[in-house]
Amino acid sequence: MDDLAPGYPSNILDEDRQGVLGRPLDRVDGPLKVAGKAIYAYEYAGQGKAAYGFIVGAAVATGRILAIDTAETSRLPGVVLIMTHPNVPTHRAYVTSGELPSGQPPYGVGRPFLADGRVRYHGEPVALVVAESFEQARDAAARVKVSYEAGPKPATRVKHEAAHAYAPKDVRGFLETDSSKGDFAGAFAGAPVQIDATYDTPFQNHHALEPHASMAVWQDGAVTLYVAAQLPIDCRDVIADTLQLPPEKVRIICKFVGGGFGSKLRTEADAVLSALAARQLGRPVKIAFTRQQVVVNAAHRTESIQRVRLGAERGGRLIALAHEALEHTSTFDEFAEQTVDATRHLYAAPNRLTTHRLVRLDLPMPGDMRAPGEAIGMLATEQAMDELACAIGLDPIELRIRNEPKVHPETGKPFSTRHLVECYREGAQRFGWDRRPAQPATLRDGRWLVGYGMAASIRSNFMATSQARARLAPDGRLTVQTAMTDIGTGTYTILTQIAAECLGLPVGQVTAEIGDSDLPRSPGSGGSFGAGSSGSAVYYACMTLLDRMARAAGLNDPSLLAIKHGQVSVGGQTMPIDAFMAQYAPQGIEADGEIKPGQEMRDYSQNAYGACFAEVGVDIDSGEPRLRRMLGVFTAGRILNAKTARSQATGGLIWGLSSALHEEGLIDERYGKFMNNDLAGYHVPAHADVVDVDAVFLPEVDDKSNPLKSKGLGELGICGSGAAVANAIYNACGVRVRSYPITLDKLIFDPAFPTPD
Amino acid sequence: MRPFTYERASNARAALRAVTDRPNAKFIAGGTNLIDLMKLQVETPAHLVDVNHLPLANIEEVDGGLRIGALVRNSTLAGDRRVREKYPVLSEALLAGASGQLRNKATTGGNLLQRTRCFYFYNRDTPCNKREPGSGCSALEGLNRMHAILGASPTCIAVHPSDMAVAMAALDATVETLSASGETRNIPLTDFHNLPGVEPQTETQLRPDELITAVTLPPPPPGGQVYRKVRDRASYAFALVSVAVAGGRIALGGVAHKPWRATRTEAALNSGAAPVDAADAELAAAKGYGGNDFKIPLVRRMIVRTLTQSAARETEVKHG
Repeated sequence: MDDLAPGYPSNILDEDRQGVLGRPLDRVDGPLKVAGKAIYAYEYAGQGKAAYGFIVGAAVATGRILAIDTAETSRLPGVVLIMTHPNVPTHRAYVTSGELPSGQPPYGVGRPFLADGRVRYHGEPVALVVAESFEQARDAAARVKVSYEAGPKPATRVKHEAAHAYAPKDVRGFLETDSSKGDFAGAFAGAPVQIDATYDTPFQNHHALEPHASMAVWQDGAVTLYVAAQLPIDCRDVIADTLQLPPEKVRIICKFVGGGFGSKLRTEADAVLSALAARQLGRPVKIAFTRQQVVVNAAHRTESIQRVRLGAERGGRLIALAHEALEHTSTFDEFAEQTVDATRHLYAAPNRLTTHRLVRLDLPMPGDMRAPGEAIGMLATEQAMDELACAIGLDPIELRIRNEPKVHPETGKPFSTRHLVECYREGAQRFGWDRRPAQPATLRDGRWLVGYGMAASIRSNFMATSQARARLAPDGRLTVQTAMTDIGTGTYTILTQIAAECLGLPVGQVTAEIGDSDLPRSPGSGGSFGAGSSGSAVYYACMTLLDRMARAAGLNDPSLLAIKHGQVSVGGQTMPIDAFMAQYAPQGIEADGEIKPGQEMRDYSQNAYGACFAEVGVDIDSGEPRLRRMLGVFTAGRILNAKTARSQATGGLIWGLSSALHEEGLIDERYGKFMNNDLAGYHVPAHADVVDVDAVFLPEVDDKSNPLKSKGLGELGICGSGAAVANAIYNACGVRVRSYPITLDKLIFDPAFPTPD
Repeated sequence: MRPFTYERASNARAALRAVTDRPNAKFIAGGTNLIDLMKLQVETPAHLVDVNHLPLANIEEVDGGLRIGALVRNSTLAGDRRVREKYPVLSEALLAGASGQLRNKATTGGNLLQRTRCFYFYNRDTPCNKREPGSGCSALEGLNRMHAILGASPTCIAVHPSDMAVAMAALDATVETLSASGETRNIPLTDFHNLPGVEPQTETQLRPDELITAVTLPPPPPGGQVYRKVRDRASYAFALVSVAVAGGRIALGGVAHKPWRATRTEAALNSGAAPVDAADAELAAAKGYGGNDFKIPLVRRMIVRTLTQSAARETEVKHG
């Protein structure tokens, strides 16, 4: 074991000198947002009169375009351009993920649109109409007449295509398709207690508050794209690759992004088509998706059919554990959600099996949605664990504690930190878990059947190479820069806190600049790696800056220089930082920093953990399931900002609730189309559904994760929380629903549902 | 959205003239449904006549009942003391509908005229007889979890989405209209909306040259009142089913192309039937289409429960 990476040593952040990091600082960009002064992609103006593009989507799901009649459209007032596959400027051919070098994520390669006359899914862009106003463009787009030769009836449901399932070569280029250990089949067959259950999760659609939007502006052969993007560098690379430009001719600006959740990882049609149209017209072009267009032009989450088998001793110890997922990709590319991945890390069991299988559907590409993998995988496994606990009459928490592994259950690697049992215990105590009725359907509050449920949370911790620059101006103001984004997560705020803590400055003296691909390279926001990666780069830039300050003051040992509250102590003397700068560095000082995934990422299993608790009521007359309260207790290394972390965690818990009770993208199989494509038809919890939700982080530092000793937490809250709700519903009314979302019609007609008195 | 012209009417006669003088003209009040449908080009009026400034926003006491101006906002009506005290079923129904912001805009007249929320009506690239007569009903064999179990036709199985109108149906409300020629009509609310029949695009008895001016409530019936809405989430969701009880009168929402007065249930109860049998008297004619089969037993459960609740309220009132 002594060749394991040692981790990150004690550093200035551990000293808490400035007392800024981790504190519940209000968002530094909050005043801009509440005053309406934060500029989002579609709102940029003043670089020439913009024209407005509107996308026409295919009205069939399979087939090819026979003809596009634009005669009426082109005569309408205000129409300046109609782009269709016969006249679209030549751009790059589609690159499938299978054609990419191993391990390269698909977010940064060319994305052609309108490239040919084939229709791959309902709503696929078949034309772009650009006009002087948005309303002119939308009306004109509706008058484009496209005739199709319809193809075969679209394949749109996983369950119908199961016979054609295949095993992908790998999952997303970095995870194994299958894993096995020991003899699952034999051990399961011989297990005294067996759970064998199949769970369905539905399609889910993205509905970030800000729909995808772009404005492209060309000047001197270079394009600036104002765009709602999570990954500025990848977005730059997509535009450059698609339009066959050198990357330095493309600049991405995304200062504010109104929610991403994975939907803005890929660069979508709004960005590519606005860049193409603006080049052709020689003026800025804006394109935004309507709410309905988001559903088909952004990624959706796969529907899944998951079989979970648990073989256990009567005391609850798992002997055999299997989790097999059937999900979908498109007909033209591959995306496999890592649905069973969490199962590989969570519980001990000597005999194990996990598999991913895919079917191809005539739908848009599925893709990332908050906590890809865990979010739906744990809806299945954490309900199965509850079924096991109920089958053997053991408290669900005790069952989990009895199966808590000491090392990674598949690889034998040590965990960087793992305080999951502490989360269970703290959560149980805070939530009043001891009030949970042991027998389902025995607790009443008026017409409500009341139940308690819990589930574990786990989310893998990632890191990606990230760079940052720190610049201390002569007046003592610090600016840190990185091509990172703030998609509502709090990036501006936590980078400000990290830099202030490192440099010993009040937060008001620090500015974070992000959302620009010309800034030092960053992986952007995704996979919960953003804070740890970009924050670490800022940390290193600041540490180098401190070093340079010491040298400027003639010190060879940087530890002889200390700054607190903007007062610099150097060589026995204390002076305000602007005085220090005037004396030693009147031109200002600048430094760069970089973090790369180190040996620690390979040597340790790194995950954030938690325990989710839910209390629900089920109306005994109608079967309406409603949340009464919810709590998550988490550990995720050092918390960088208690307020933004809590917001992330409660948001995740609410999305878990949403997965359990509400969300379902409904496809009409005849047309191959998502039909409930607005927020009246696609339900997410509204205020009245979210009455009492709280999240708590237990103190932890993880010295194997990064120099901040933090772990990603943006997705943690959704992992397991939906299963906690499902388990609470079972506890409330005695009905086990294995098909999400759990709606009242799945409850009241079950023979186990109590008869109204 | 199709380009359209707009004018603001200053009185009802002028509004009616404006809408009858021009082809494809429509009134707009709160606009909470019309604007959405215009964006999707499900509605494509060439001319909008804004009636928001007509003097139709008062609630008056008339003959022991209430006369509610067509422009009274849903939130105003729900909060009116007389409504809360004498017609609680109406206040509860209004507050069960939409969201606070929408209720602040939506009007009494507009609420009656809102269109169905059927997915196929909203998505222009799928057949829908209501949107495009003769194109077919996609919901019959499609996604029909929200759809009708009573009074539907093979042409259309959509439901009327209003909560307010269901309560008004139980309260024996009357819709008051004014025509361009100055004629006024009083149409019982239960007759105001049509069943789909073969012409689902014609949804009400309102003629193109008529404007709703008010809804009149007779004095409240004796007995308890309750509005019970069953929905997939706690706010901003259309009813799966709803039950309005006002004394001996019962109306159902989410089950038909119109607010459904359960006259067979009322009659059965009057002749002494048990609530569950009274519910079944209405449901004998009910038909499910797959996705909405659950509504039939759900309505049965909810009629029984709501009758119990209204009886309990009546007792409360008597003894409280």
